[in-house]
Amino acid sequence: MVRSRLLRVPAQYWMLITMWIRSSMAYPLSFVLMLFGSMVLTLMDFLAIVLMFSHISSFGGFSLSEMALLYATASMTLGIADLFTGSIERVGERIRTGAFDAYLIRPVPSFLQAAADGFALRRIGRPVQAAIVLVFALGRLHVDWTVARGIMLVVSMIAGAVIFGAIFVLGAAFQFVSTDSAELSNSFTYGGQAMTQYPLAIFGQQIVRAVTFVVPIAFVNYYPVLYVLGKPAPLGLPSWIGLLSPLVAVLMVVLASLAWRGGLRRYRSTGS
Amino acid sequence: MPVIELEDVSRAFTVTSRSGLRRTRREVRAVDGMSFTVEPGEVMGYIGPNGAGKSTTIKMLTGILVPSGGSIRVAGVDPSRHRLKLARRIGVVFGQRTTLWWDLPLKDSFAVLQKMYGVPLARHRENLATFVELLDLGDLLDVPVRQLSLGQRMRGDIAAALLHDPEIVYLDEPTIGLDVISKARLREFLAQVNAERRTTIILTTHDLDDIEALCTRVMVIDHGHQIFDGTLDGLKSSQSAPRTLVVDLAASLPPIEVTGATVVKVNGPRQHLTFPTSTSAAPLLAEIAANYPLVDLSVSEPTIESVITQLYNSA
Repeated sequence: MVRSRLLRVPAQYWMLITMWIRSSMAYPLSFVLMLFGSMVLTLMDFLAIVLMFSHISSFGGFSLSEMALLYATASMTLGIADLFTGSIERVGERIRTGAFDAYLIRPVPSFLQAAADGFALRRIGRPVQAAIVLVFALGRLHVDWTVARGIMLVVSMIAGAVIFGAIFVLGAAFQFVSTDSAELSNSFTYGGQAMTQYPLAIFGQQIVRAVTFVVPIAFVNYYPVLYVLGKPAPLGLPSWIGLLSPLVAVLMVVLASLAWRGGLRRYRSTGS
Repeated sequence: MPVIELEDVSRAFTVTSRSGLRRTRREVRAVDGMSFTVEPGEVMGYIGPNGAGKSTTIKMLTGILVPSGGSIRVAGVDPSRHRLKLARRIGVVFGQRTTLWWDLPLKDSFAVLQKMYGVPLARHRENLATFVELLDLGDLLDVPVRQLSLGQRMRGDIAAALLHDPEIVYLDEPTIGLDVISKARLREFLAQVNAERRTTIILTTHDLDDIEALCTRVMVIDHGHQIFDGTLDGLKSSQSAPRTLVVDLAASLPPIEVTGATVVKVNGPRQHLTFPTSTSAAPLLAEIAANYPLVDLSVSEPTIESVITQLYNSA
């Protein structure tokens, strides 16, 4: 029962997002301009880093190519999470206006409807831009590639996207309690991405502790990249800590799904 | 076999009110010990003043809200536990807001619903053609929902709620804010759907003409309690709301005296009398005609509004 329900999820999600993709394609020029705009905007981010390196040769122990890898993985993971789950932050507004009830009368889980609602394909601009930077980074890096490092890089990007996605969902679940709290979760997601594009050690030990043990965005890309580049981890943590990132992703998914269920239960027993 | 069964269903809410620094919590019972059954194909009007618990009941019947007590079975299942499964078998229209996708043209919303409910394509096309014709949606299919007028949107919402051939349809104030012609058209459509498809319809409304035109059964609730359940005629005769007799006399006279009726208003030669619904008007007329210079007369039945007002007051 639960299994067959889970198996239907990808098809249901795809069905919902294709509807939004089709509707955004009704105005192709506007779509292309928006996509191009979002790519240029995010590329500026990276240009700032390149400019910085015209004055310095190393930042927090990272060279430009290494920074590019860090930047690309941060941008890629957030971009994918934002693309697939970013819309869920509108749930508070839906609850306020009563539109959330409409999700609950449909034969598709409310979570999927909330995540797919207003799916914006133009958000693909960020992952595309990240892929370009990633190619640039991999072309210049002199990494002693092993199978483990290669797999780690790919797996960590998926795990990182899942961690960011879970944070989006946690933030949305919190909106069942406080419908105006969308900005709070944004500070962890978009704000978190801004942090994770830098070597986290530069922010000091307290911050590193917080992003390791409290809101584990250090596992999104920082620890995996340290592992791939063969650099030591801060706080005296073992250098293989990056390998834990899929585990952290699973934990975050469990947490997020419990939070969403809790929020939904609260909604259905209070009607507000 | 009833399609809807409620047994001693309650729904309490905690209301927090603040006066100065003190916060007081109090429990409000929006629905309190409600029991009834609905047979397949019935059209039931569910009426009551604002805050009587109508929407709360509908939300519990759809599975949106979990009841705080009692048991509900809709189409054989517990709605709050099998919400997703039940969703395929029911249709819901919230009059106050749309369940369609605000930014999408009406036809895209319909296409999504076909996929979402897994309606076979042939059946979907057939239903859509029927609804487009009956609800006159042809010109609206390409218009985004946000640009539709209230009446147009309501027609779209109702078509959307029926596309997957639901066994039960809940309509929460479907005629609110519509003009007379749109209302009449909508009622006609719903009557036809009920007759042809045996769809069970539960309708909440403030418009008693809806009830008069559609419902085979009326349920009146107030403060979460059921205060009447029966036919519309039964509702009318359950209350002793008086009938009114207006007589025009040849001259202005002091209040006339008739057995079984009382003058309530004198306006020159015109006098208004009331008499109980249970008495016949004929002997009154005979008596008046025999004793007074009667020129003209009219008899009016109690309005359903006055019946219901009386019902609320006596409850």
